[in-house]
Amino acid sequence: MRFMLLFSRQGKLRLQKWYLATADRDKKKMVRELMQVVLARKPKMCSFLEWRDLKVVYKRYASLYFCCAIEGQDNELITLELIHRYVELLDKYFGSVCELDIIFNFEKAYFILDEFVMGGEIQDTSKKSVLKAIEQADLLQEVRHPQTHLWSPQNTPMETP
Amino acid sequence: MGYWTMWSIDQTWRMPAPIRLRELIRTIRTARTQAEEREMIQKECAAIRSSFREEDNTYRCRNVAKLLYMHMLGYPAHFGQLECLKLIASQKFTDKRIGYLGAMLLLDERQDVHLLMTNCIKNDLNHSTQYVQGLALCTLGCMGSSEMCRDLAGEVEKLLKTSNSYLRKKAALCAVHVIRKVPELMEMFLPATKNLLNEKNHGVLHTSVVLLTEMCERSPDMLAHFRKNEKLVPQLVRILKNLIMSGYSPEHDVSGISDPFLQVRILRLLRILGRNDDDSSEAMNDILAQVATNTETSKNVGNAILYETVLTIMDIKSESGLRVLAINILGRFLLNNDKNIRYVALTSLLKTVQTDHNAVQRHRSTIVDCLKDLDVSIKRRAMELSFALVNGNNVRGMMKELLYFLDSCEPEFKADCASGIFLAAEKYAPSKRWHIDTIMRVLTTAGSYVRDDAVPNLIQLITNSVEMHAYTVQRLYKAILGDYSQQPLVQVASWCIGEYGDLLVSGQCEEEPPIQVTEDEVLDILESVLISNMSASVTRGYALTAIMKLSTRFTCTVNRVKKVVSVYSSSIDVELQQRAVEYNALFKKYDHMRPALLERMPVMEKVTTNGPTEIVQSNGETESAVLETKPPPSGLQPVSQANDLLDLLGGSDLTSVIPTAPTSKPASAGGELLDLLGDLNLTGIPSITAYNKNGLKIDFTFERSNTNPSVTVITIQASNSTELDMTDFVFQAAVPKTFQLQLLSPSSSVIPAFNSGTITQVIKVLNPQKQQLRMRIKLTYNHKGSAVQDLAEVNNFPPQSWQ
Repeated sequence: MRFMLLFSRQGKLRLQKWYLATADRDKKKMVRELMQVVLARKPKMCSFLEWRDLKVVYKRYASLYFCCAIEGQDNELITLELIHRYVELLDKYFGSVCELDIIFNFEKAYFILDEFVMGGEIQDTSKKSVLKAIEQADLLQEVRHPQTHLWSPQNTPMETP
Repeated sequence: MGYWTMWSIDQTWRMPAPIRLRELIRTIRTARTQAEEREMIQKECAAIRSSFREEDNTYRCRNVAKLLYMHMLGYPAHFGQLECLKLIASQKFTDKRIGYLGAMLLLDERQDVHLLMTNCIKNDLNHSTQYVQGLALCTLGCMGSSEMCRDLAGEVEKLLKTSNSYLRKKAALCAVHVIRKVPELMEMFLPATKNLLNEKNHGVLHTSVVLLTEMCERSPDMLAHFRKNEKLVPQLVRILKNLIMSGYSPEHDVSGISDPFLQVRILRLLRILGRNDDDSSEAMNDILAQVATNTETSKNVGNAILYETVLTIMDIKSESGLRVLAINILGRFLLNNDKNIRYVALTSLLKTVQTDHNAVQRHRSTIVDCLKDLDVSIKRRAMELSFALVNGNNVRGMMKELLYFLDSCEPEFKADCASGIFLAAEKYAPSKRWHIDTIMRVLTTAGSYVRDDAVPNLIQLITNSVEMHAYTVQRLYKAILGDYSQQPLVQVASWCIGEYGDLLVSGQCEEEPPIQVTEDEVLDILESVLISNMSASVTRGYALTAIMKLSTRFTCTVNRVKKVVSVYSSSIDVELQQRAVEYNALFKKYDHMRPALLERMPVMEKVTTNGPTEIVQSNGETESAVLETKPPPSGLQPVSQANDLLDLLGGSDLTSVIPTAPTSKPASAGGELLDLLGDLNLTGIPSITAYNKNGLKIDFTFERSNTNPSVTVITIQASNSTELDMTDFVFQAAVPKTFQLQLLSPSSSVIPAFNSGTITQVIKVLNPQKQQLRMRIKLTYNHKGSAVQDLAEVNNFPPQSWQ
């Protein structure tokens, strides 16, 4: 996989993970272009399209488009499964995930993705294993404000800054 | 007040605590305009910058996280790059997590800053907590530059050998990245790969297969090593078999299939191992058949595995039964309701249609149905595949479907579809009438999408279909009568009307009822084209030339033509003006040449050798060429001694002209030619033996035209006195520059043994300067299992053949 994008129907980017070193300006251009192409697709069309020299696999889940750019020899159908697996992981983690979860907890969406995929390839094919690792890592996160535990339970140990 | 005092104990006096990430997100989302959002962002960035300046460790993490959010919205965040490095160096896990994320989002190898990470990553790769090691491996494996990879490859290699499967799987993918960035480092990972596939952990298995795939793809030596020494194929087959045969495993199950991701990667690695290797291909034959037949196809996941299996079967040296099985899977895919599956099937079939043509043919009707699909990508593939499947047997049916498609498809397809139809029609047309009708249909339905280069080809085709001239010009005339906006159609029509306008007005059409049209009406339409704003400059050129030609074909309207021509001699369009001026001159000063110059175009023969046409260069003064004639768009023949077949055969009877025998039926051509050349002067010129070597003898017999003294017709006869047939025989000839050559279809490509038969072929030579005839010939054929090639010069032409 070269990159993965998550964006809303209004064209707002929610996550971008690049697996090939690309200049910021080029990234912006590609994101803008690809979003336009994908958002213009009609519901009856298939989930694959050719864009530049890549194959793009995309699937819409509620208000979010999940979009992967893969190379010529990569299997489009299994990429759909990869996308679905990622959604399942998010769903399990957030409990019935919706776009707002990803907006407000984008860093967690990245952590989960980085535990599932590395360098464009799947690290672990077991849902359980990925989720366990995230869970354990979350536990390692330190309590942020030492003073708060003096008097307010509002900051749970899991909360990121 | 105490509340506030306690709160401020850990705070700096100057700044309030930076707002939390989620608070910021909430705030920014309330912005109603882009300007409002920008203002909020700027304010927050200023606060963050100050906070950074104060080297505040407590809130650095929070601030960078906010910066990352703003970066995602599209705002600059480069001032946070160094802060990410500080977070990575921190001891707190939370800091590291955000720091590494920030590094991956804000830094890349273009910035020198990123190298500062190297040391931190090195330390973290050796951290006591595996999750910290994991962060380091992930970052290195996602964005590590070549230098970083070089520095840290050793650490990665160490981790590849650990027994901790959490780290091992990550190290494997990190190694993949290292190899991609610095291929020379591949060797050092080889020892560590030895036991990778013995792991039970699926994460390690999957990433190991990816690593092995990367190594095998990059290095033929590695590939050979893994095939022979490591016996990788049996190992992979074993793992795959276990996956299929083992019972339900809840941890890796997807819709009843055990670890489809791993199955797909194994199949892909098998593809690389089996490619061009008989032994490996044989060793995986059974498992491929098993996967192909036993995989559940009701869901996408099963089809994903089948797809990968098909790709593998088609790429390795599989036995034919397996290949047919694969193509049938693709055929079944075409019938699947899921359009993604159909898309993937068409793409794969397109790749295999050349090599497994017959197997793909069986699915032709399903493929043709896909032309009606709603998805544009599917339609395009179905179209390409359909063209690849057209042959002599199915051409009528296929063309019907493709013409219908041309009618109804999106504009983006029309040009390619039209070109494809022309090509297929030229190759497989069952009759001339059908061919002309097909061309007409394309021109009238997609006339404006036809490519410019198709026009001269079509003109040549029409010219060569002599018995169809009247029909063609009538149909074209009718087509543009209603609408002369489609430029390619109008160009072809104008040219034809110019050439065959006389047939139009004399009502000679046999194929359909001839229409009644007067010379003036014909000139009306041409003049409308000339005047119309819709007509391109090129089109106007065609129209003007056509009008001019009609001055020799029409009898009553010469003055009208003169008038038109003189009007355009002051046209603003330079092309038109030049033509008109020259035509004017033709009327005034060179009127005696006009009929000859505007004569009917001869049948233009394409060089129809069985093999590729070749330019045989002689090392010396003369440059020779085998001529392939193409019609000049202006339609005028500059020399009056036209290679006019009609004259050659002693009459202007259209039906006796030799049709260009298409290369698919060469056997009859020679015979017909000899019959038709009956009224040529056969007597008096001695034959020669042009070539006699290794059992192959080629004789030349000569005929001179009664009407055209510059033309010599040579009939070659090739015979074979050896005891084995000579097959794929190709005769090529080249002549000096002052000559022109035309080669017609040979009678066949096989010279039977023992002189039991011959190949005949006709060569027409035009020798306007009456120079001594010389020729270089090139012979290629297969004999006794090997390819033979020979070059020779023919210098013994009798003087009667050229004087």
